[in-house]
Amino acid sequence: MTVNGWIQILVFLGLIFLVTKPMGVFMARVFSREKTFMDPVLRPIERLLYRVTGVDENHEMRWTEYAVSMLLFSVVSMLVLYLMQRLQGFLPFNPQKFGAVTPEHLAFNTAASFTTNTNWQAYAGEATMSYFTQMAGLAYHNFVSAATGIALAIAFIRGIARRQMQTIGNFWVDLVRSCLWVLLPFCVVGALLLVSQGVVQNLRPYDKATLVQPQQVQTTGADGKTVTTTVTEQTIAQGPVASQEIIKEFGTNGGGFFNANSAHPFENPTPLSNLIELFAIFTIGAGLTYTLGRMTGSQRHGWAVWTAMAILFLAGVTVAYWAEAGGNPLLANTNQRVTALQSGGNMEGKEVRFGIANSALFATVTTDASCGAINGWHDSFTPLGGMVPLVNIMLSEVIFGGVGAGMYGMLIYVVLAVFIAGLMVGRTPEYLGKKIEAYDVKMAMLVVLVFPLVILVFTALSSVNGFGTSSILNPGPHGLSEILYAFTSGAGNNGSAFGGLTVNTPWYDTTIGLTMLAGRFLMIIPMLAIAGNLAQKKYVPPSLGTFPVTTPLFTVLLIGVILIVGALTFFPALSLGPILEHLLLAAGRTF
Amino acid sequence: MAKKKKAIWEWKIVGRAIWDALLKLNPHKMMGNPVMFVVEIGSVITTALLFKGGSAFKFNLQITLWLWFTVLFANFAEAMAEGRGKAQADTLRKARAETIANRILPDGKTEQVPSSKLRSGDVVMVSASEFIPSDGEILEGVASVDESAITGESAPVIREAGGDRSAVTGGTRVLSDWLKIKITSNPGETFLDRMIALVEGAERQKTPNEIALNILLAGLTIIFLLAVVTLQPFAIYSGSPQTVFVLVSLLVCLIPTTIGGLLSAIGIAGMDRLVQHNVLAMSGRAVEAAGDVNTLLLDKTGTITLGNRQAAEFVSAPGITAAQMADAAQLSSLADETPEGRSIVVLAKERYGLRGRDLAAHEAQFIPFTAQTRMSGVNLDGREIRKGAVDAISKYLSEHGTGLPKEVQSAVETIARSGGTPLVVAENRRALGVIHLKDIVKGGMKDRFDQLRAMGIKTVMITGDNPLTAAAIAREAGVDDFLAEATPKDKMDLIRNEQKQGKLVAMTGDGTNDAPALAQADVGVAMNTGTQAAKEAGNMVDLDSNPTKLIEVVEIGKQLLMTRGALTTFSISNDVAKYFAIIPAMFAGTFPVLNALNIMGLQTPQSAVLSAVIFNALIIIALIPLALRGVKYRPMGAAALLRRNLWIYGFGGIVVPFVGIKLIDMVITRAGMA
Repeated sequence: MTVNGWIQILVFLGLIFLVTKPMGVFMARVFSREKTFMDPVLRPIERLLYRVTGVDENHEMRWTEYAVSMLLFSVVSMLVLYLMQRLQGFLPFNPQKFGAVTPEHLAFNTAASFTTNTNWQAYAGEATMSYFTQMAGLAYHNFVSAATGIALAIAFIRGIARRQMQTIGNFWVDLVRSCLWVLLPFCVVGALLLVSQGVVQNLRPYDKATLVQPQQVQTTGADGKTVTTTVTEQTIAQGPVASQEIIKEFGTNGGGFFNANSAHPFENPTPLSNLIELFAIFTIGAGLTYTLGRMTGSQRHGWAVWTAMAILFLAGVTVAYWAEAGGNPLLANTNQRVTALQSGGNMEGKEVRFGIANSALFATVTTDASCGAINGWHDSFTPLGGMVPLVNIMLSEVIFGGVGAGMYGMLIYVVLAVFIAGLMVGRTPEYLGKKIEAYDVKMAMLVVLVFPLVILVFTALSSVNGFGTSSILNPGPHGLSEILYAFTSGAGNNGSAFGGLTVNTPWYDTTIGLTMLAGRFLMIIPMLAIAGNLAQKKYVPPSLGTFPVTTPLFTVLLIGVILIVGALTFFPALSLGPILEHLLLAAGRTF
Repeated sequence: MAKKKKAIWEWKIVGRAIWDALLKLNPHKMMGNPVMFVVEIGSVITTALLFKGGSAFKFNLQITLWLWFTVLFANFAEAMAEGRGKAQADTLRKARAETIANRILPDGKTEQVPSSKLRSGDVVMVSASEFIPSDGEILEGVASVDESAITGESAPVIREAGGDRSAVTGGTRVLSDWLKIKITSNPGETFLDRMIALVEGAERQKTPNEIALNILLAGLTIIFLLAVVTLQPFAIYSGSPQTVFVLVSLLVCLIPTTIGGLLSAIGIAGMDRLVQHNVLAMSGRAVEAAGDVNTLLLDKTGTITLGNRQAAEFVSAPGITAAQMADAAQLSSLADETPEGRSIVVLAKERYGLRGRDLAAHEAQFIPFTAQTRMSGVNLDGREIRKGAVDAISKYLSEHGTGLPKEVQSAVETIARSGGTPLVVAENRRALGVIHLKDIVKGGMKDRFDQLRAMGIKTVMITGDNPLTAAAIAREAGVDDFLAEATPKDKMDLIRNEQKQGKLVAMTGDGTNDAPALAQADVGVAMNTGTQAAKEAGNMVDLDSNPTKLIEVVEIGKQLLMTRGALTTFSISNDVAKYFAIIPAMFAGTFPVLNALNIMGLQTPQSAVLSAVIFNALIIIALIPLALRGVKYRPMGAAALLRRNLWIYGFGGIVVPFVGIKLIDMVITRAGMA
């Protein structure tokens, strides 16, 4: 680890700290339908949208109507994306003349993936998707799935803030305002910034370049014979990348335009573009903590939650950075030290232009949030370094978190923390004046149950059946980590891949598809039920006897609950995966 | 009796509890407790597999036995809690023994009927040394009654017709005189019946927070079930499949058996603690509500101040000597048997050396206090002495053409402003001076109110006094607020108003006119001496009729929740150590490197698993006293309380099992058990 590396990490956290308040205030105003400086431009568009779609913007929804609207919208969007992939050959903007996305389970998987804000990619973008599918299908979902997440978080915050009310807002209005006010303007600016760094934005066919030095490539054919070919030409993929790149991070989607994602020089060419992307990932999640404080009238609570997130972030990045900078113990005879000429540490699967610090930081940030963009291969991290992203997702990605999803995921933990704390101080637990009762605990536990249910059950099935194990490229504990990571990434709607697992198979496409849908919608419904229930409740004024949710003690308790729930659920699986691999590595065995 | 602490381990109770623990193995009963039900199923599975034979019989047998012990220990904890109540119920049952009642028929004749035949509305006559056959309201008579069967208090109490002391309880005994009583309860519904049911826990329903906690525990159990069931495929993948015994052991160690096993014991013990304080809660819900109370309404008289005002000084009018004033004051009070009257005589004697005089020698005529005149006094030897409230006396004087002298007027105001009650004494239509009656605030009240404030509870003093007086006493006693010149309606409005702000209100009351407010309050504690109406309206009855007890009730309510929260935290924190014991034990055979996780240095994989299981079972027994007594409650703010409990039960919960499992491991390897 270097001072320079730490300065970069802390500068990044400092920027997130600075953006929290302005972003939070702005979102609070947008969703309270107060005036903002963008209204002159956006209000007419918004009104037009409502007129065309017949939405009554003053209609307020109960949680059930909110949930049904959200589900209907998601189902229809998902179907459209599925059909778009299957009919790709007949649609415009397809200079590479890509046919339908096959097989069907891949199209299903991808439709589920983008609808759920996961952006798990069992395909390679530049070899599968036309520009039309990328722009009208995938990028569209990048916007609306992010907007849906923000809407849901706002609905939950309203549930806490409102008193004795039946409703939690209007889904359509929240969706539209998320897109128009929050996502679009920032993406326009962000995309231009990325273009300035060299991210491409065009609709051209792929370029061909003649290699200065032709390469001999050996491939083993299906018949087992080794064939040597000489490659003289390289295809350089093109496309409308910048516009998709910024929403990929800003909406914590993570689906790369190219297969190499943010490690690709056209997606993330410079250290500055890397910082812009990192910054975009955390902006909304951090801002929502301020929005929470502002809308519920307890700004210090918002900061207490922010602090819990920041501490967990620092813990993750410290472990990842330490593990990766430490290098590989089996290469003790090799120079792995940091010098002016090399990054040192474990550089396998990392981009030289990012080095150890920025790769570890990116891996931590992308899994703290449910982004899933990557700028290095998590599979090639050291066992402990690779465990950080895995554990981040297992903790439900509540460290700033996916746009909206991180906030409402965190609030579920808050409900549980407050419940335990309330009992320990001898009162019926209260959260910001709302009593936490059996119904809320029941729904919170349903949310918490989704993760172990889908992750552990599917990983278990895959680890002892041929249809699961045949996809593994590395044996032993590393193979188990690969399966575990895939389902964890799916359930967490993260979308990053550990790699080392052939996932475009009927089994994995289908089960990961289902995992993503469960990880999104099975959590949202009980979460909205809590919001609706809280909104109805009477406000109980706080007293000295009420456990305050604004103090460092609360922050510590919240962190404790997050770690304990996560650790207790996944420790056995982790001990046979990355922990065992780490111990074996020290003993000289690799996989 | 109230403060007498019962020993936790009473042999009679323990014996019965052991037997009950076995009976509670009935799966139908276990189903109410999902955590322990899972343990029981696990025990059944391992028992069945035990008989199938296989290797490691000694280890498997020990695991199986300890799993059964885990279930039994939890049952035992519950049985212990119930046992304490049952012992109390037995005593109460003796009081309920069949008696013969003298029922008065409509035609005036009496007939003898067994007490169990009495219905509500019957009228009975009870004479000295007879038992009162059932609950009722006194129609006629005054008697001293021995209520020790219910309250444990051996001093007899006076019960009389009319007023707020007219209710009697079945099973108590008339010591002197007689009572004509109208029965108000049907057989099986009497106070004693309800009390027996309550202390036995027969009617115990889960309280709202207990239900919520149960859901949390059930959820955690499912999570751990998933974690353990899926561990086997991972183990197979890793080439190290596990036996069912080890997997069940891991599951039982992980699921929150400590709190799951003690949860109902905590609830029963909480109710029992109230009974120890001679308070009967009609529902567990009321006890929990007590812990949540934001506002306490306390009657001034009897709660904050000693029941009665006492004369503190005599202020004479101009031209009247102190001796003249004291003489008149004493004379006016000699026949006044109220505590205030007596205190005037005492003051006259102590301060002015006036001794009690035998008025029989004189032709004295006493004028009793009436609600109309609001004066009392004496006519003697041509002197007409009166004392009474300011307005009453000034009306009496003005009827005869004189008024209150200015100096008297100002003395009255000074006294009122200081929180005292002025009584004006007049002789032959001339004001002699003012008696200063003072409220005496009970010792230690200020501290208690400070404690309540630290707990975040606001205290409101309710009094019929004028605002000036009320403010002065409120200041002296240290209450947060007061309601002066309170009518029953004012009280009601105050409660409604607090509740509208989302606050929970507790109050005590005894009179019939308190009944609506008692019913409206979230926690209404009726005094046992109070009327039947008050007792029915409240959700708790204080057998000692001590209004200050409300504070203890609040503490018990809080303690109940805290004990649950603390043991839940402890239980979950324990899992960390158990993972470090069992996971390396499971896989170190295949992967010796995993011994790095065996940070306790446990001897063998078998001893590690066994130690964790034994610890898990024994900790239930070890915590029974804590569950029954409740965690220590100290009045302090929530943040300080949480910090303290997190240290003890959260951090302690992580550390204790590391030490405990290591110790057990050392013992069982030494003993050759594993």
